[in-house]
Amino acid sequence: MIEDGWTGGGYPEGSRLQSFVTGRQRTGQIWKTLFLGATMAGIIALFALLYNVIDDSFGFVAYQNKVAPEVLVSEYYGTQPVPEGVLSAGEVRLEALPTADQVAMLKGRVSAGRFRALEAQQPLADRSSAELAQLLTAEVIKPEIVAAWTLTESLFDRARIAAEAEKLSGARLDFRSWVTGSFLTSPQSSKPELAGVRTAIFGSLWVTLIAFVFSVPLGVGAAIYLEEYGGNSRLAQLIETNINNLAGVPSIIYGMLGLAVFVRVLEPLTSGKLFGVVDPTTANGRTVLSAGLTIGLLILPLIIINAREAIRAVPHALREAGYGLGATKWQTISAHVLPNAVPGILTGVILAISRALGETAPLVVVGASTFIVVDPNGPFAKFTTLPIQIYQWTARPQAEFQHLAAGAILVLLVLLLAMNATAILLRNKYARSY
Amino acid sequence: MIIDAAARSSSAAGSSFAGELFLGRRRRPKEALIQGFLIFCGVVSILTTVGIVVVLVEESLAFFLDPNVSLIDFFTTTAWQPKIGQFGIFPLLLATLLTSLIGMLIALPLGLAIAIYLSEYATPRARQTLKPVLEILAGVPTVVYGYFALNFITPILRGIFGRDVVEIFNMASAGLVIGILILPLVASMSEDALSAVPRGLREGAYALGATKFETAIKIVVPAALSGLGAAFIVAISRAVGETMVVAIAAGSGPRNFASWADAWRGLALFNPFASGETMTGHIVRISGGDLSYDSIDYDSIFSIALMLFVITLALNIISQWIVRRYRMRY
Repeated sequence: MIEDGWTGGGYPEGSRLQSFVTGRQRTGQIWKTLFLGATMAGIIALFALLYNVIDDSFGFVAYQNKVAPEVLVSEYYGTQPVPEGVLSAGEVRLEALPTADQVAMLKGRVSAGRFRALEAQQPLADRSSAELAQLLTAEVIKPEIVAAWTLTESLFDRARIAAEAEKLSGARLDFRSWVTGSFLTSPQSSKPELAGVRTAIFGSLWVTLIAFVFSVPLGVGAAIYLEEYGGNSRLAQLIETNINNLAGVPSIIYGMLGLAVFVRVLEPLTSGKLFGVVDPTTANGRTVLSAGLTIGLLILPLIIINAREAIRAVPHALREAGYGLGATKWQTISAHVLPNAVPGILTGVILAISRALGETAPLVVVGASTFIVVDPNGPFAKFTTLPIQIYQWTARPQAEFQHLAAGAILVLLVLLLAMNATAILLRNKYARSY
Repeated sequence: MIIDAAARSSSAAGSSFAGELFLGRRRRPKEALIQGFLIFCGVVSILTTVGIVVVLVEESLAFFLDPNVSLIDFFTTTAWQPKIGQFGIFPLLLATLLTSLIGMLIALPLGLAIAIYLSEYATPRARQTLKPVLEILAGVPTVVYGYFALNFITPILRGIFGRDVVEIFNMASAGLVIGILILPLVASMSEDALSAVPRGLREGAYALGATKFETAIKIVVPAALSGLGAAFIVAISRAVGETMVVAIAAGSGPRNFASWADAWRGLALFNPFASGETMTGHIVRISGGDLSYDSIDYDSIFSIALMLFVITLALNIISQWIVRRYRMRY
């Protein structure tokens, strides 16, 4: 019969054993809860991030008009009847006005010089009434946002918002989504009411396109070399070590490389002066081409690593079958290995492009323009990208710019989500089992 | 005999061999050309590394050879103010270390805990839902994290610790968000390391009466130590190289001290609620403005970048060495 109580050394026995085991199990349960808590913390962080961005992208704004739209309309028509559809449900819809009237309204309210400038950009009579309505809003009505609130405040704190809006003279309250159609199609502007991300989106697309064209052939070629031709040679090992080290280099270092090499040393090439297509007095190396090449170098290691995995996954039997039928090495690779590796390579490329879309620091170093309103029209154009636009808006102290940044973040996240979803769909569709 | 038959059949088919059969290796210039192109593709990565080293060293040399700059002052003075000729890297280095340290305090324990949960406790279905969440966290661009740090974390910190303790731009919220940013990296690399430990070890421990927790802590984690070590060091390297979060949330000017005595007084240099500028944040701010080539400002950012490159390269090499040296083979 084993005594109750511990003999002092070795494993506990008797009833002491029971409590010992129970104690250990309880410790295990506590730690399991802690581990689960850590996982929950990660999920909570993600939701906090999304909540913050969505919260700032929608909400009430209080804005003041320089000239009220009703005053504009009534002043123009005087005693004559206002055309149909303009004044409806307490709101003034300028786009329902006939274009001739809109042009006349504009002429009567803006300075002669400004009117000539607008006419020179594009004849006003040729513009649609929606465009003219936008023009009237920007040039005459000039809404100015004086206060903005977040979504949660707008949903749950209406009374306080109404009270604050009262204090601002003549301000109207309107629920506004900071991400609208015009947000996507307007160029950059120093006024938050009119600013949009069009130039930034085009800049991002151009830079990503050039990076893609530059790095995908090089990356896939390097992967083919490492997997098929390299073997264990010294060169292959050197390249492999290089790629592993390059994958860990901070992205800003790539920006420094781009600045020194592409912007400075290769300036005749990247500014377009070599090709004679640009004005030599304003051209410099801070162009879409430099940016695209820099980002291409950045994503090259990623593409190589992913393409290698994809090529390695193709079973040897396919290659052996090709050789057995008398095909040369390149014939086997191009006709058998590569087509089977394409889904994996494609997934890797899309992931690399997602990374490229989100890069900010190297492009700031390479020289994205701080204020640009013209869409990039070629590889030698100045540029800005969506993440850089977000950075610049976030860096401004006014609250309206924080809201604009939140809207731009939503656009960026939706773009990235679409790309990654495409990657996952493609991977699932073309995944083959051998 | 077979060769004769082949020759006869080929001549019967009207081929150009007409009785002769050439069995030697045909020269294929296209193959050699293609192989040359593929080698070139591989060499581009070597050119990139060489390019980085050459560019950084060359411009840094131009910086250190400038009469206003002394290498000793670079490492020993406590203020970085190019306008008045002070080039001490200590403030920038300190800010980098502080933000990375705070980030590591968050990311390493939490990441390891998540990895242990995913590899030891989670059901396959739970793992299927949780891993995509981690991948989403990893895929968010860093500028979005910067926005999150400035607009969400900073107000919370100011609410908890008081508005006069915590400045609007402070290193604590940048460090916190860097931790959240690094978390998926630590979690997924650690989980890979833990999953690589063979099941037999776990089964043996269970057979001896160990609880799941004891197995995880005393058996699995020590067995995966090399992979975990590599994961931690890669995470530190990533935190050091992080730019946008600190550029947005930590501040836009180095936190200079008049002297070493000033810095150590009251341990002011370790205050995380003060603003500060890291090496990466400084580079971004300076190059975002007007930068004329060959000015001292232009050369100075290359010296900072060289230091950054050396630190991250050293960390990456150490992590690879740890994996090679301490990897356990089963």
